[in-house]
Amino acid sequence: MNEVVPFSPDVAHQRAVFPDGLLLDSSATIAPLIVAYETYGTLDAARGNAVLVCHALTGDQYLAGRHPVTGRPGWWEAVVGPGLPIDTDRFFVICANVLGGCMGSSGPREEMTDAEGQPLGRPWGTDFPSVTIRDMVRAQKRLVEHLGIERLLAVVGGSMGGMQALQWAATYPESVFACAPIATAAHHSAQNIAFHEVGRAAIHADPDWCGGAYWREGRLPAQGLSVARMVAHITYLSESALTRKFGRRLQGAKAVTFLEDVFAVESYLRHQGSTFIRRFDANSYLTITRAMDYFDLAADFDGDLSQAFRGTPTRFFLASFSSDWLFPTAESRAITRALNRAAARTSFIEIASDKGHDAFLLDEPEFHAALGGFLRGAADAAGA
Amino acid sequence: MGIRPKGEPIRYVAKNMRLDLRLIAEMIPTGAKVLDIGCGDGALIEYLTREKGADARGIEIDMAEATRAVAAGLAVIHGDADADLAQYPDGAFDYVVLSRTLQAVERPREVLRQMLRIGSHAIISFPNFGHWQMRWRLLSTGRMPDTDTWNRPWYETPNIHPCTILDFVALCETDGYAVDGWLAVDERGLRAPWRRGLGLANLFGEQALFLLSRKA
Repeated sequence: MNEVVPFSPDVAHQRAVFPDGLLLDSSATIAPLIVAYETYGTLDAARGNAVLVCHALTGDQYLAGRHPVTGRPGWWEAVVGPGLPIDTDRFFVICANVLGGCMGSSGPREEMTDAEGQPLGRPWGTDFPSVTIRDMVRAQKRLVEHLGIERLLAVVGGSMGGMQALQWAATYPESVFACAPIATAAHHSAQNIAFHEVGRAAIHADPDWCGGAYWREGRLPAQGLSVARMVAHITYLSESALTRKFGRRLQGAKAVTFLEDVFAVESYLRHQGSTFIRRFDANSYLTITRAMDYFDLAADFDGDLSQAFRGTPTRFFLASFSSDWLFPTAESRAITRALNRAAARTSFIEIASDKGHDAFLLDEPEFHAALGGFLRGAADAAGA
Repeated sequence: MGIRPKGEPIRYVAKNMRLDLRLIAEMIPTGAKVLDIGCGDGALIEYLTREKGADARGIEIDMAEATRAVAAGLAVIHGDADADLAQYPDGAFDYVVLSRTLQAVERPREVLRQMLRIGSHAIISFPNFGHWQMRWRLLSTGRMPDTDTWNRPWYETPNIHPCTILDFVALCETDGYAVDGWLAVDERGLRAPWRRGLGLANLFGEQALFLLSRKA
């Protein structure tokens, strides 16, 4: 890998601190609970126009505008903003860094506390307890209450964010008027767990990981984290997208010489890996991939997903992308059918795209029109 | 196009709506729970939601149409009658609508059964294969009829299960559905004058519209 630049810990994220902490599914308690978050737009007087966006595995709370750590645009700049599908002229948009994340919320990078909530002068590292998607959602619920919001107009999220959106609707149905799980699934598949395990194995195998205590040694498992990102990134794309973008082109050469040739796609993946290590923490990556792997919403309801939404007052919008093989359309259709069994008000479409799983982050006009229309319809119906 | 506030009458939409959909809308009372199978861009759903305060939802097999409907804020899922009806619980809807689609589904009898399982009432429209022009063309030319309604060659028509009005009534009898009302209309959906008997309707009606319910 190229140069290793540890990301700056000096950025002051906006944070809500809950001294009483959060009891986790694992029975551990994290106290205090810290939720770092960003908001966009203005909360109306009736507190009825709040839209919570849940981010994906390696996303964070910086949806739009310049990212304070990377200096790059927010990850959903195409969707969140004035006049965009999640219209900040109309909606008060909240996005929280997930529990276990590394942009200011309680997670492996933050200072460890003891059972009484006293700081221990070292990061949690691998001592950070296991968290679940439901734990993430409970932490967000605390933030939403802290902001004085009783009912969210909508919870929107793609990929792992979609898992959180589903969990929100299942756990707090009265607090979610509309729910938009995008390019997601009600459980993490064996294949997806397998890809996560390759990423985790790469981190574990990096000597600089130091059994998880790299923070003590002043080192970074850059190689391992980078390889984890490279593998994951392949799963976010599609064969046709890779062919369209790179084909068999070589980097800086016209023909194969059999001497240190680098294909354009290799160069691209290496770049993805090396930029990722500047903004993401390896132990956070281990924690959050595990949370995704644990996710199985139907398991809490004797394997019947429709029971998770029985009698739900929430309206749903699901969208999948035709070339997404990480969270294929069949997963969204299975959720749609479970919602139909629960007689929930549901919209579902598959967007034709060759961009793979990443399509939900990119310029997809049909998806944007559908999401925007769903949110406008929900806001009209809710009187927001 | 968003959903307009209730109480704001937009009559022109109803005027522009396909005439057979207007006839269907007339059959549905205020505040009903409705599922429109093959809802297209959701014109009927939007009308029922706005004008009749209905909780109206749709299924559409064409992705472009379904996307348009969702972008208009309507509760429409991409799916098809053969695969998706079985998922809904018993009695989930007051009215289940299937307009000009019955002849194109894989298993029309099963679709009808599902419609009357998940809904108290079913509204079904289909093109009548017993129309005199069909009979005449087949008799006079010996070839598959080619009319305004049946206008695709036999080898590429999506209409794999055509039936006549009398065929449909016979199926309702066999499967125990009550015919609460019927209309035979012309291609544009206008009511035709042969209301007195099914035999005449079967000869002169281009489209049939039925209101069914489960027999008590």
